[in-house]
Amino acid sequence: MQNSPALVPLLLLAAAISIPVLAIKKTGVAYLAALAASLGSVVISAYNALRVWESGPLTYHFGGWNPPIGIEYVLDPLSVFVALVVNVVAFIVLCHAGGLKEREIPGKSVPYYALVLLLLCGANGMILTGDLFNLYVFLEIFSLACYGLIGIGEKQAPIASFRYLIMGTVGASFYLLGLGFIYIVTGSLNMADVRNILPHVYGNPAVTTGLALIVIGMGIKMAIFPLHGWLPDAYTYAPSTSSALIAPIGTKVAAYVILRVLFFVFDVKFVSQTLPVTDLIGWLAAIGILFGSVMAMAQNEMKRMLAYSSIAQIGYIGLGIGLANPLGFIGAVLHILNHAFMKGALFLVAANLRKNAGHSDISKLDASYRKKLPWSMAAFTLAALSMIGLPPTAGFFSKWYLALGAIDKGNWVFLGVILLSSLLNAVYFFRILEKVYLGTPSAQGAEGAPSPKSNKGEGFVAGEEEYALMIPAVVLSFSLLLLGLLNANIVKGVIQRIIPLGM
Amino acid sequence: MTDFILGHYAYWAIIFLLVLGLYGMVFKKNLAKKLIGMTIFQVAIIMFYVASAVKWAATVPVLDPAIGAVDAAKYISPLQHCLMLTAIVVGVATSGVAFSLVISIYRRYKTLDESILLERMKSS
Repeated sequence: MQNSPALVPLLLLAAAISIPVLAIKKTGVAYLAALAASLGSVVISAYNALRVWESGPLTYHFGGWNPPIGIEYVLDPLSVFVALVVNVVAFIVLCHAGGLKEREIPGKSVPYYALVLLLLCGANGMILTGDLFNLYVFLEIFSLACYGLIGIGEKQAPIASFRYLIMGTVGASFYLLGLGFIYIVTGSLNMADVRNILPHVYGNPAVTTGLALIVIGMGIKMAIFPLHGWLPDAYTYAPSTSSALIAPIGTKVAAYVILRVLFFVFDVKFVSQTLPVTDLIGWLAAIGILFGSVMAMAQNEMKRMLAYSSIAQIGYIGLGIGLANPLGFIGAVLHILNHAFMKGALFLVAANLRKNAGHSDISKLDASYRKKLPWSMAAFTLAALSMIGLPPTAGFFSKWYLALGAIDKGNWVFLGVILLSSLLNAVYFFRILEKVYLGTPSAQGAEGAPSPKSNKGEGFVAGEEEYALMIPAVVLSFSLLLLGLLNANIVKGVIQRIIPLGM
Repeated sequence: MTDFILGHYAYWAIIFLLVLGLYGMVFKKNLAKKLIGMTIFQVAIIMFYVASAVKWAATVPVLDPAIGAVDAAKYISPLQHCLMLTAIVVGVATSGVAFSLVISIYRRYKTLDESILLERMKSS
């Protein structure tokens, strides 16, 4: 199994290419193949994580060419951790996707699942690669799959997708341009090699320009304020499975790239003191947290509200990067994990609402929903509590570490932002919980949708949910409790091994 | 000063193209024109890499018995060109996806003008 580091992207790529062939006769095969490939990627990345856990970082040299000439994959604790999170969440979301495919992507399931696997291939490649240009290629594979997955959705989806395409291409091009500057100065594309060369050339303005361009480019992909313009429309109009895949994975992978470039290619001291990039990211993230939370309060559509809430939550990761101290770093990495699970669960509940009730409009929610969708609403409640940051759910602990990091740095504004945004989160989630749990069920609502003309749902019966739709949402949100209870082990055992040198 | 301007003429042209591309993407209302801007932007970056590989008094990176393999300064670095081959392919793929989206938008809304699109998007 010495080739296991390279297997995840290759398996996903091979499956993505073969799905259209396998599904020539029976289109149902596409979904099963995608599910199998995704499960395979979970197993292999778990195996890789175990190997890294036991024997330290692994590298894999493609074609036997040694770095810095050849392309290498680097499996260190950070990359296997993020890869495992991405693959597990993607697998759970794919399990859920089976129940939605007739409603959301009728007749398009074969190309859709091929694109899903391409998306995962790109994400895994970006996470595992140790080569800066190879990262760009995987970034584009990832983004192109993203555009397709969004554009396949509702009537407005192609416009949202086109806007994302323009902004995303600018982002990727900025990354490429910045990489060009760094390559001209260092003459290398291998991350470890560039890291060794950079200390000799830190005074060079080309390095500064290159770093700035890379951060702006990845900032667009990460949707950090004020580069978030593409995100709300894209998440709202995409098919539910796409938003549930892209929201937990897409922005996290970009955040991971920023972490990787700032702290593992560049030097912590350079990016936080010589050139205050991290301060800038931190302050923008702080504004983004407040902006996203306030905008989320104003939304009436659940998916759009969750999209704005994503902008706010991305801000927490940015805040952790901006603090550039060990506690902030722990908070940021922990929040990558927690937010992937929380947002996944919330988007799955929004998908269940759309499938069962025909809408995900917050103003139409009432007390009858706690009878109609008991498990989905329970999952929603738990994930919402975690978003607000109530202990012992997972969301509390990442905010806790961020707050500790802010205190450690003496940055009281950031601390205030974290506290204030928790209150704002409470406002926009509790208005839903209040509608669902505190009202008395009205007589006509409890009888199970007696007005079938007004909604496209199947007029579902109280208390009955499809297991295929309910279980993944419940699994994701109950694992938030588990992640919260186990957080000490995760931080001590995993994340503290990740903290970059010199932080 | 004149030397600085004339000596970097390739880079000035590239900066001009980059700004032109950004201008097209931001200020043009027609989606097809936005795409043209995007392509110009990508091409400018490709030219930036190629311009950075220029070396005077050097030859193509194929082993020449008259020069030998010892003196690397006499060969142009091939890496930038190889990287840009990949970037060109990526650019073509992006344009392909973008055009298919544009076609799908036109079929649904019968227009490519952004301001009209925004109105129709809200009303539907």
